[in-house]
Order: sequence, then structure tokens, then C-alpha cells
Amino acid sequence: MAYVAHDASVFAPPAEVGEMELYHPKTWLGKYVWSQDAKVIGIQYAITAIGIGLVALVMSWLIRLQLGFPDSFSFIDPSNYLQFVTLHGMIMVVYLLTALFLGGFGNYLIPLMVGSRDMVFPYVNMVSYWVYLFAVLLLVASFFVPGGPTGAGWTLYPPQAILQGTPGATWGIILMLVSLVFFIIGFTMGGLNYVVTVLQARTRGMTLMRMPLTIWGIFMATVLALLAFPALLVSAIMMLFDLLLGTSFFMPALVSMGQQSEHAGGSPLLFQHLFWFFGHPEVYIVALPAFGIVSDLLSVHARKNIFGYRMMVWAIVAIGGLSFVVWAHHMYVSGMNPYFGFFFATTTLIIAVPTALKVYNWVLTLWHGNIQLTVPMLFAIGFIFAFIHGGLTGLFLGNVTVSVPLSDTMFVVAHFHLVMAVAPIMVVFGAIYHWYPKITGRMLNEGMGKFHFWATFLGTYAIYLPMHYLGFLGVPRRYYAVGGTDFIPASAQSLNAGITIASLLVGAVQLVFLYNLVWSYFKGKPSGGNPWNATTLEWQTADTPPKHGNFGATLPVVYRWAYDYSVPGADQDFIPQNVPAREVART
Amino acid sequence: MTPATPTTIAQPLPLADGVQGIVADWSSDQRAFKNVPWGKAMMWIFLLSDTFIFSAFLISYMTVRMSTVEPWPNPSEVFALTLFGKQVPLLLIAIMTFILISSSGTMAMAVRFGYQKNKQMTFILLLITAALGATFVGMQAFEWITLIKDGVRPWGNPMGAAQFGSAFFMITGFHGTHVTIGVIFLIVVAIKVLRGDLDHQRPGFLTGRKGNYEMVETMGLYWHFVDLVWVFIFALFYLW
Repeated sequence: MAYVAHDASVFAPPAEVGEMELYHPKTWLGKYVWSQDAKVIGIQYAITAIGIGLVALVMSWLIRLQLGFPDSFSFIDPSNYLQFVTLHGMIMVVYLLTALFLGGFGNYLIPLMVGSRDMVFPYVNMVSYWVYLFAVLLLVASFFVPGGPTGAGWTLYPPQAILQGTPGATWGIILMLVSLVFFIIGFTMGGLNYVVTVLQARTRGMTLMRMPLTIWGIFMATVLALLAFPALLVSAIMMLFDLLLGTSFFMPALVSMGQQSEHAGGSPLLFQHLFWFFGHPEVYIVALPAFGIVSDLLSVHARKNIFGYRMMVWAIVAIGGLSFVVWAHHMYVSGMNPYFGFFFATTTLIIAVPTALKVYNWVLTLWHGNIQLTVPMLFAIGFIFAFIHGGLTGLFLGNVTVSVPLSDTMFVVAHFHLVMAVAPIMVVFGAIYHWYPKITGRMLNEGMGKFHFWATFLGTYAIYLPMHYLGFLGVPRRYYAVGGTDFIPASAQSLNAGITIASLLVGAVQLVFLYNLVWSYFKGKPSGGNPWNATTLEWQTADTPPKHGNFGATLPVVYRWAYDYSVPGADQDFIPQNVPAREVART
Repeated sequence: MTPATPTTIAQPLPLADGVQGIVADWSSDQRAFKNVPWGKAMMWIFLLSDTFIFSAFLISYMTVRMSTVEPWPNPSEVFALTLFGKQVPLLLIAIMTFILISSSGTMAMAVRFGYQKNKQMTFILLLITAALGATFVGMQAFEWITLIKDGVRPWGNPMGAAQFGSAFFMITGFHGTHVTIGVIFLIVVAIKVLRGDLDHQRPGFLTGRKGNYEMVETMGLYWHFVDLVWVFIFALFYLW
């Protein structure tokens, strides 16, 4: 009896909708600047996000220079330091990772991988990018206003965020909040497009349960973002009112700098609840696309189907749902009813179940696979390491009794950097090495890529593993200098210096990556249409890079799931999604 | 490329009943929601997101109402109109609510006439809906002016807790903005209907997609949502 694939059909159902109309621009500007093509918009998003991300990278160097070698740099005063900490966090989380995963990869990959010619509303999609760019420019503008950008910490907690004495309390905080409002407006326009495209504009045969996990991850993250950003929008508006109109939503009566403030009766805790109702799903907005993409990278480069596809999908959905009921584990030291802490600790630990399921499935995908140690694969494996380490410390911090003494120490910094900075950025790099050939038609240089991986992987571990130890010693986060604090031994300072050197080196290595991007665009090895022998639709396009409309004359028809690698009996070790059962070459 | 056909095809498909139908829809090919045009699906998802915005506003209002130490002004007294020398509580609000709910009725009728391709009636009903919406906004402006004359400001008021004015201006202002945007788009859609844009499938300026009478229903979704939100604001802010 012939081998029956996991999920393959002989026939595809008839088309339910006609061809999508496309707007074809005639000028160069219309094609590459005011473009309505999701692929161009995706690249615009990616370049802008990486550009502003580099600013945040430089700020992390300055933070580390101050921490590693206090009293050595006269150009970093305490205000600057707080501003760097604030902007580094905000840019990396919102303006880099969210925009890059959803705006960048989402725009580029969703239409290609579900077999659509474009997003459902390309014009709205284009406006989404320009609003995002405007938000980024507002953020950049805050560097040039009197007082500089806000130094309130990326969480922007009131009352201190808007009180005089905090850096940037006059102009910086206004620009920050307005920029966030515009970011949310821009994101909503794009996000609605991504969701509707996935739900309503798939090609024939592409059922939801045949979609690559990349699309599942981006889709679910977009849903989370559409439901979580409203809380941030509302808190930004209310804080602007407190600041500009003198309302007291978040501001209690207090004495600041020797003066009784004009506010009374507000609730600072309300802001924290609103912020973290956005803030915790935000972690998964960044993590879920990474989960999805890394699943595909592991499957393609291990030449093996993803282990437990359906469970992977349900885990993504479950994590998405649970992420809305764990937010107050960020607030154990804020002053809450102890029963709340009990509830949120429990939900936090429950979310580890679907997450652990995913980790097991990744490892089991590698098990007995034909592992190709390509650069994307190296980054995918690096992701698993960083994510397991960061995830395990997350279980520590989810427990109230363990979390309280570790709150606001370097342990927390090490935890969230491993789990939501190093892990997702590993996937970003892996994804860029993986899809660069489709975007440009050329391979990225492998030698430079491998150097980039090992230096980044080992370097980030050199930064964050010792940082856990600093946290156990009680070294606080966000402090400009700890000075002669009794409980912190002098050796902590040498450790800090070592971490700083490692972080400078890791930062410098990213220049090799940027050089590789440019060099390979002109001199890289031509890749052909499907260099990785992958099954998903974006590798089956008529042209590489794909033209506007993605698929040439006819849309592909899908006959199987996305993971038919090393199918027994088939001649090739991969069967693309658009190959019907009768056309599979067998010997 | 094959010649383009309309992006939405609205032929009824046989559906299984109940839960099985839902499962069959979700797990099916090409579209999760059969016969639902893109614009309508997008509006539903946007409204879901917008629901979270209004929920956050209302929950925040309830929180500050609890956190403030000053007494909360009595809405029935603050929002009373003096008519023939008698104080009638919530009179203006009752009329405003009545007008807004009525506009939902005319909107629903516009949708019905739209699907019948009755340009004249659709146009008239859309304009009536817009007029009722504009009346609502006008009366809200009157209410704002009355309150401001009484000394209510976002940062304080003579009746009690400062948060009363803050929450009032913020929430009704945000809702009023929604109504105003709705009125503008109602007029835009009405003009499109009258010009026959929806019959000739002329592409819209905002989406670039071809016009059709489902647009009227999508517009209606937004309008009903704005009305529904008002019911919650009415119940939680004015009646409580």
C-alpha cells in the first residue's frame, strides 16, 4: 500500500472568490516608496525598525559603559543614563520587535505563505507604514527637544513619569505618549489587514490547519496586539490628560520637590494595571511570531516534519488566551491583595504548560532529523537554548515568594533579556538568513553568517549568565551607580565590567551582519527560487524575488500541509504544498 | 493574469447547523467566514478592538471613582434641566439617548433598502441617520457648555470629586468623536449611494476596493456599535 501522507488531498475545492484586484503603479515612486505591495511595505517596515533598533543598540552600549566603568565617562550624567534605559527598552520592545515581526515579516510572508496576491486592503496597509514612520520620527524628535526624551523607565509609571525632576518631564514624555498613540493607530490599520487576510483570503486548499506555523504565530500575535494595545492607548491618553489638562486619573495628592501638587485622588495602580494588561500580551506579541518562525526553520533545516503540528497550533492559541490573565505578576511589589498574587502566580505557571509543550516539540523535531547546520538552523537552535534558560527563570519570577526579593534586581534584567530579547532576536536573524534569498535572489555569505551566530550566541550568554548572579547578590536595576553599598561585594564591579566588554563586542559583531546584508545584495551567490528545498508556497513563486501579485499568472493550489519532508517513498526529500498526490515522483 | 472578478461573491452556501456549522466554517478552505466580505470582517475585528478601548475607559472611570476621597457628584442632579421652574433629572440625556437609538433604526432600514438597491430610500435614510447623529452631537455640545458654565472642568468642579469632570469629558468626548466620525462617513456613503458608485462598483478612496451595497451594512455595523457603547456609558456614568 502506498504511503499516505499526514494531510494530503487529491483534489482541491473550487475557488470561492475571484481574483484579487491589484493596483499597478506606473512610476518608480509608486512602486518603491508609496507602494501598496505588501512585500515592499514589509521591507520598509523592516528597514525602519532595524534603523531605530540600531539607535537603541547604541544606547545599550552607553548604559553598559556607565555600569561597567562608573565615574569614567563624563558625558553620561544620571539623567542621560535614565533616558537611555527608557528609550532602549521602549524602542527594542515596541518600535523594533513588534514592528519587525508583525509589520516586517507579517507583511512580507502572510500573502506569500497563504497564497494570496496581496493583503486585502493594500491602501490601508500602505498608510499603516507611514503612520508607523511618523511615530518613529516623533520618538526621534524627543531627542532634540528641551530636556530631552523621557527618563521614566520604559514602563512610564506615574506619578514620577510626569513630575518635574524626572528627565524629559516637560517635552519628552509628551512626545513619547503621542508617538505611542500614533504607533497604535498605524499598527491597527496593518493588524486588521493581517488578520482578515489570514482568515478570508487564503488560496484554494489552504485550510487553517494547513497553514505554516509562521503564519499561525504572526496571526495570533496580531490578534493579541489588537486586543492589548487598546489598554496602552487609553493609559497614554489619560496620562496626557493628567499632564496637559491637570486631571488626576493616575495622580494622587503628593508633595513633590517641596511643593504640594495640584493633583488629588488618582490611582497610580490603575496605570500599572492598564500598562501590564498591554505589557504582558506584548511579551507574547513578540514571542509568538518567533515561536512560529522557529518551528518552520527547524523543520526545513532538519528535513523533517514538525513534531505535533496540531498541538503546536493549539499551544499558540492557548498561550495567546492565557497571556491576558497573567498581567499582574509584574506587580507583586506594587501592593495588591495577596489573593490576587495567588491567582496571577497560578495562571503564570499554567502558561508554562503549552510553552513547555512547544519546546519539547522543537526538540523532538530535531530528534532523528537530518540536521543541516546552516546559519538559520544555528540561530534556531540558539533560540531554543536562550528560550529555555529565560523561560526557566520566568518560573522563578512567577512565584510571589521568589519574585519579591528578586524584584528590580539584575536577575529580572537577565531573565527578560534572555527570554524576550535574545530569543526573539535569534529568530529574527535566523529568519533573515532564511528568507533573504527570496527577498533578494542572493544567499547571505555563510562564513560571515556563522561567525555572526557564534559571536552573538556566546556573547549574549557572556552578558546574561553572570547577570543572574549579580541579581542574586542584590545589585539593583536602573541604578546609575551603586557606589559603596555594603551588601554588594567589590567583585560585583569586576563582573559588571566583564559584562560591559562582552556587550560591546556583541554589538560590534552586528556590524558584520549589516555588512553581510549589503555585500550579499551585490556579490552574494545567486540562490535560485528554492535554495533550502522548502515546501511552503513562498518558495514556489514563478519569480525570485516575487513580483507584485506574488505568483505570476495563476495562484497556487494547495494539496497538503507545509511539512512533507523526507516522505518515505518519494524521490525528493520534500514535497511542496502545491504538488498533488498523483504528481509526486516515486520510484 | 485572468480578468478580475468582484472580490466578494455573496451566494448562499449550504451550512451545517449549530456548533458543527461553526467548526466547519472555521476549519474550512479559503475563508473562515463564508459569504462575509473583507470589509465587513475587518469592521467586526476593528469593533472588537474598539470594544477593548471603551472597556478600558469605563473600567478606569470606575476605578478612579473608587480611588478618589472626595464625594462623587450625583448625576441626576448635575444633569438635570430646569423646565417650567421644575428640575427634571436626566431629561436631556434621555432625549439624546432616544435620538441615538432611533438612528440605529433608520440605519437598519438603510441597510435593507441598500440590499434592495433602492438608491433613493437608502440615500434618504442614511441622511436621516446622519442628521440624528449630528443632533446627538449638537445636544452633547449643549450639555458640555451647560456643565462648563456650571464650573465643571476636567481638573475640578464645585460639586465634588475632580475625577467626575475628568471622566465625563474624556469618555463622552471620545464617544462624541466616534459619533462625529460616523456622521462624516454616513454622509460620504450617502453621496456614494446617490451617485451610483455602488452600482458601478467605483473604487472607494479609502480602500481602493470596488464599491458595493455591503458597504452600507459595514457602515451600519460601526453605527450600531457606537449606539451600543452609548448604552453602556449611559448606564454606568449617568444612571449609577
